[in-house]
Amino acid sequence: MILRGIAAEFAKSRIALAGLALIALILFVALFAPLISPQNPYDLAQLDLLDSRLPPGSHSTAGGTFWLGTDDQGRDMLSAIFYGLRTSLAVGVASTVFALAIGVSLGLAAAWFGGWVDALIARLADLQLSFPSILIALVLLAVLGQGIEKIIVALVAVQWAYYARTARAAALVERRKEYIEAATALALSNTRILFRHLLPNCLPPIIVIAAVQIAAAITLEATLSFLGLGLPVTEPSLGLLISNGFTYLLSGHYWISVFPGIALLLAVVSINLVADQLRDVLDPQGRR
Amino acid sequence: MRRLLPVLLAACSLWTLAANGTELRIGMAADVTSMDPHFLNIAPNTNISWHVFDALTHVDEDARLIPGLALSWRAVNATTWEFKLRRGVKFHDGSEFTAEDAVFSIERTQKVPNGQFQIYTQRIVGKQIVDKYTLRLRTATPDAMVPYDLDSVFIVSKKAAANAGSADFDSGKAMIGTGPFRFVRFARGDRVELARNDDYWDGKPAWDKVVFRIVPTDPARLAGLLSGELDAIEQIPTADLPRIRRDPRLATAQKVSWRTIFFHLDQYRDRPPSLTDNSGRPLERNPFRDIRVRQAISKSINRQAIVDRLMDGAALPASNLVSPPVFGHAPDLKPEPYDPEGARKLLAEAGFPNGFAMTLAAPNNRYVNDDQIAQAVAQMLAHIGIRARVELLPMNAYLPKARKREFAFAMLGWGSFSGDLALRSLVATANPAQGFGAWNWSGYANARVDELLEHGFATVDAKQREAIARDAMRMAMRDYAVIPLHHQFATWAMKKSLSYKPRTDEFTFAHHFRPQ
Amino acid sequence: MFAYIVRRLLQSTVVLAVMSLAVFAGVYAIGNPVDILINPQAGQQEIARATAALGLDKPLAEQYFVFLRHAAAGDLGNSFAFNVPAIGLILERMPATLELATAAMLIAMILGIPLGLWAGLKPGSAAGKSIMAGSILGFSLPTFWVGLMLIMVFSVYFGWLPSAGRGPTANFLGMQLSFLSLEGWRHLILPAANLALFNLSLIVRLARAGTREAMRQDYVRFARAKGLTEIHVVGVHVLKNVLIPIVTVMGLEFGSVIAFAVVTESIFAWPGMGKLLLDSINLLDRPVIVAYLCIVVTLFVLINFAVDVICSWLDPRMRLVDSQA
Repeated sequence: MILRGIAAEFAKSRIALAGLALIALILFVALFAPLISPQNPYDLAQLDLLDSRLPPGSHSTAGGTFWLGTDDQGRDMLSAIFYGLRTSLAVGVASTVFALAIGVSLGLAAAWFGGWVDALIARLADLQLSFPSILIALVLLAVLGQGIEKIIVALVAVQWAYYARTARAAALVERRKEYIEAATALALSNTRILFRHLLPNCLPPIIVIAAVQIAAAITLEATLSFLGLGLPVTEPSLGLLISNGFTYLLSGHYWISVFPGIALLLAVVSINLVADQLRDVLDPQGRR
Repeated sequence: MRRLLPVLLAACSLWTLAANGTELRIGMAADVTSMDPHFLNIAPNTNISWHVFDALTHVDEDARLIPGLALSWRAVNATTWEFKLRRGVKFHDGSEFTAEDAVFSIERTQKVPNGQFQIYTQRIVGKQIVDKYTLRLRTATPDAMVPYDLDSVFIVSKKAAANAGSADFDSGKAMIGTGPFRFVRFARGDRVELARNDDYWDGKPAWDKVVFRIVPTDPARLAGLLSGELDAIEQIPTADLPRIRRDPRLATAQKVSWRTIFFHLDQYRDRPPSLTDNSGRPLERNPFRDIRVRQAISKSINRQAIVDRLMDGAALPASNLVSPPVFGHAPDLKPEPYDPEGARKLLAEAGFPNGFAMTLAAPNNRYVNDDQIAQAVAQMLAHIGIRARVELLPMNAYLPKARKREFAFAMLGWGSFSGDLALRSLVATANPAQGFGAWNWSGYANARVDELLEHGFATVDAKQREAIARDAMRMAMRDYAVIPLHHQFATWAMKKSLSYKPRTDEFTFAHHFRPQ
Repeated sequence: MFAYIVRRLLQSTVVLAVMSLAVFAGVYAIGNPVDILINPQAGQQEIARATAALGLDKPLAEQYFVFLRHAAAGDLGNSFAFNVPAIGLILERMPATLELATAAMLIAMILGIPLGLWAGLKPGSAAGKSIMAGSILGFSLPTFWVGLMLIMVFSVYFGWLPSAGRGPTANFLGMQLSFLSLEGWRHLILPAANLALFNLSLIVRLARAGTREAMRQDYVRFARAKGLTEIHVVGVHVLKNVLIPIVTVMGLEFGSVIAFAVVTESIFAWPGMGKLLLDSINLLDRPVIVAYLCIVVTLFVLINFAVDVICSWLDPRMRLVDSQA
């Protein structure tokens, strides 16, 4: 019943609904990319250098059409964007899930156990939050090197503190409520109280933060790829596609950079629109 | 009053013209990291060094050795070279250049911590100053290459550079040379400013002031030229070449560079790293040891497609390890024709009908389009069944790993003014004492090629040496010691009012730019 | 007040100490300090000599104090690529980054506050709604993509502004700055606008929220009841209360802007610290990376400390809250 109420509140904004529709479309594309793409852009045997840098609408030697043109290696841009969205979303969601799991657990623990546990975790989170995400990510990647797992590690390291802080603040308030007193009186185990009783009531602000953070994670990954520190070059994410296309902007081959940029933009904007409305619905006082 | 105004305006414009003088603003393609001419041996640093300093021997636009601060040289005996130095050459501070400065410079290359110019002077065991303008250098074993090596040793002033560290060069304190320009300022990451040396021994340059702007980002450098901020740029991004050539406001210059892009294939280990069959198990034997596999790989690469589609025509398919104008190039060798069918047949004959998997390693910030070339070659290998994973690294990370033999299939680009020198470094059996095979990552060892090279280096007669060098090149290339890809082009773009004599060694010399 | 400052100072010192420990751990304990501090291309003898000179053969605890001593003296090793002290390199480039960051913050504030105020005063209007939509766009757009578009439009298509590099610099208060000339401004405006976009959107949203909050307060009704003009009410009372949280956030965001300048500096070839960091990562020039970390950490701690003190001076309630924590 609560969910229906939230959904109704949410639906009041046309723009947010549009954002939601867009997200659904992007998710569909990302999940079914291998089925709907004309070409597998990560399979080198399917590429042909003689097809390189063709403008949108050109025909390939194999007979198909390159709707959005090709890049410098002969990759079909449409397929590359589908797979790129898939990678970007996967990295964004995976890092958010891990960061959420770690951050929320730590935040709840800090609020529940108090004392030095609280002081340590709260201070660490504050310290982490006072530094810009890109700096932490850059340095971590410089030390760890390249690769998809390392990017996820860097993103998780950057994001966990947001969840920890939000969870802790919410839990500190909820902790004093009567249903928690009751649970303690029933001598339920700590873990059970934390995850079965405390957590569900702290969820609203956490969900809002998560929504915003997915977009931030996707943007950060794209930025790191653009700077050349991201994923391997034969499996390009959107950031890498844009970066590759930079060299060709001036010479008129705009499609290599512009179309992936638009795809990235649509993904991030739609998530932010939805997150905005979610915040208005779930967390109107704006506890940040 | 009305008549006064035009006169005033004319006077003002004349005054501003005179005050501005002639200034040349050039956009550089790579970052200049240090002004110290004996520290890092990277092209942008040496490019600047050539403006402020000279060497005993110079190299012309066709990469042939010509006199520099040394008027002439001859081999007194098998292990001694005598150099007659130019008289009356002044350093920028007015003092005279003598043999003492040459000896000081040679010794300094050995003293700079982490200096990369030691290899050019380490074979010189004796230095004798016969008189102010005569210098004798002795080597332990006969070495015909001493004059070539000295082309890389910049001559600094013994007085100004005594006890100088790299910081003294960056600040300008020790930047006293004999070159066509004086040092004015170095703003790291931004620009190098130079002023004309009116007393240059090889003729006054055409420019009062030269500013080298450091713009490694290709689009930014090109945009600088198009907007008029820069008068000339080096290394036109290849994608923009057709457009630039058609632009009526610009002139271009290009030349086949001495740099040859090729691949090393690991031939000395039984189980080279990263080589597996299609299911991931290490192979039982090393496929690269079989000449049929090497030839198949060479056949699978469509060099012309890379030149046309990737390099926009700014490359020449290669059959030698040195480009056509260079000493020792064997003109009868032709680039391997593109033949994927033939390649697959050869692979099957060699026992790999389903191909295999490996890692292709290359730098991503050193040669023209290196990262794209690596991906294109991986693509072409995939078409004949060899699944290549592409590993790209910045040059500073790539080189140490490659030298530790961590890669089985590695790209390298080599610029040399002599075919036998290239073979000596890349293909000769490794012999550190002799200085052979210092860059022979593949472990290729062919005693006959080594013999030819040794014979050549002891031969002082140039014609004979060239014939021997060509023989050695033919032998190595027919054996597929390495797989050459192409010679890249060096390109320059400039305002229509300028002209530049393009150079095989890819350097951008301000004093060779002339107003039309 | 004095007690507050002393307390914050102590906290900042603790933070610095912790960070120095973290950097030290990263360099000496987790990484291989020989790889990090000594050029891997050096010969065996050189490596042995440098190891002894840096004290890398001593026990870990002793090494920490040597590290601290060197760091305090400003010696964080020599750059591998440039062969000059790493700290000098960074300090050399700092004015360029600070100039860019300051210009970006100014643009963000000068444009953001009025826009946010307007959106807050007239939330239902077309202008108000479009400003808010624009703000979402503003912080969704990835900085690097905006940079590329700016270059395409203003530099390539219109040809009005230069696409890369910094203008001519002049000496100002001992630093080399470029905003003193028109040519300098022409080079500054695109990268500064690029960098400003994110914070501009942030300020617009903060200002709008703050305005809407303030308009509901009693003192606004009281001021109106007194007969003050709307402009006076908004311009003096509302604005003052809106500014405080904005200034706080912006003070803290300044550090973030300095860090995000890495991307902008890379696209526009602006010779600042960020570009140096990126190049050093590519060149594996680790002493510079370590020196950058140390300097930036110190900078952040200083900025946070300054913002805290200024805010507590502006808003006495903060002092009371902190003393109870």
